[in-house]
Amino acid sequence: MAKFARKRGKDSPAISTASLPDIIFMLLFFFMVVTVMRDATIMVDVVTPKATELDKLEKKSLVNYIYVGKPKEKYQTKAGTNARMQLGDKFATLSDIPLFLEKHRTKINEGQRGGIKTSLRVDEDVTMGIVSDIKTALRKAGQLLINYSAKPKTE
Amino acid sequence: MAKKSARDRMSNEVNAGSMADIAFLLLIFFLVTTTIAEDKGILAKLPPWSEDEPDITKLKKRNVYSVLVNADDQLLVRGELTSIENLKDDTKVFINNPDDRPDMAEAPTKAIVSLKHDRGTKYNTYLNVYNELQAAYSELRNDLAERKYGKLYEYCDREQRKTIRNAIPLIISEAEPSSFGEEN
Repeated sequence: MAKFARKRGKDSPAISTASLPDIIFMLLFFFMVVTVMRDATIMVDVVTPKATELDKLEKKSLVNYIYVGKPKEKYQTKAGTNARMQLGDKFATLSDIPLFLEKHRTKINEGQRGGIKTSLRVDEDVTMGIVSDIKTALRKAGQLLINYSAKPKTE
Repeated sequence: MAKKSARDRMSNEVNAGSMADIAFLLLIFFLVTTTIAEDKGILAKLPPWSEDEPDITKLKKRNVYSVLVNADDQLLVRGELTSIENLKDDTKVFINNPDDRPDMAEAPTKAIVSLKHDRGTKYNTYLNVYNELQAAYSELRNDLAERKYGKLYEYCDREQRKTIRNAIPLIISEAEPSSFGEEN
């Protein structure tokens, strides 16, 4: 017993911090991999509605985004205050949709083109007129898989 | 000789003490810029475009569950004003028709939910309604999966899912919107 007591009495050695950088690097790499850099600045205000029947959007490269909402304040002089659609990084009209889809489609190799989805990120206060126009345009362009972007509902 | 000893005194190891700080800096940068992919949403499949109007006269009236949403975000289900809270349960009863009522669907495979909205309907309302309809179907599928295979639909394998999907196909037909309401 005395043996143990003597041992405990001694100063414990300092914890080595040599592996700290490695741990931090590990975290760093995790975040680097997870990070998706926004490729477009969003010029419309979008607050997506809440819903319960949510599916995850997988394969980010197969997804193209259509934003619909009121233009942000600094764009309102140019774009007005009515709900507008944003494709890529500019305001667009319905006639721009086929070209936008085609541009995205060419970037994807042929085998995967059937899985292309369009994510509609629409503000909850927008009226359905513009949304159903977009849906009609998507149907005409043959883009049938869509995803109404929504947030999970917390009870 | 003096020269040599001077070189000896120089350590030829880079001080790695600040490595952690640099890594921290980068880490914080990525932490701030990261938006953890919160991309979730309701999947939907649009019908292919066709010029001519679909013929709905062939459908039996009892199989059609018409849901109308007007520009004031009110809900009219089969001619009756209801609220969104009841929509899911009513839809489930309609599709399943447990009491074999003559005014409800003959079979889940024949049930058709027809959704019509106005151009002035709020997107939020529309999506809520759509969500409830989809929830009704997924609950029915879960019930069937539970009864048949003893597990939830999402845990079933491909073959089992297909069986269930065939037994309870999700048919939500959307009509061209009316245009009474004001748009923004």
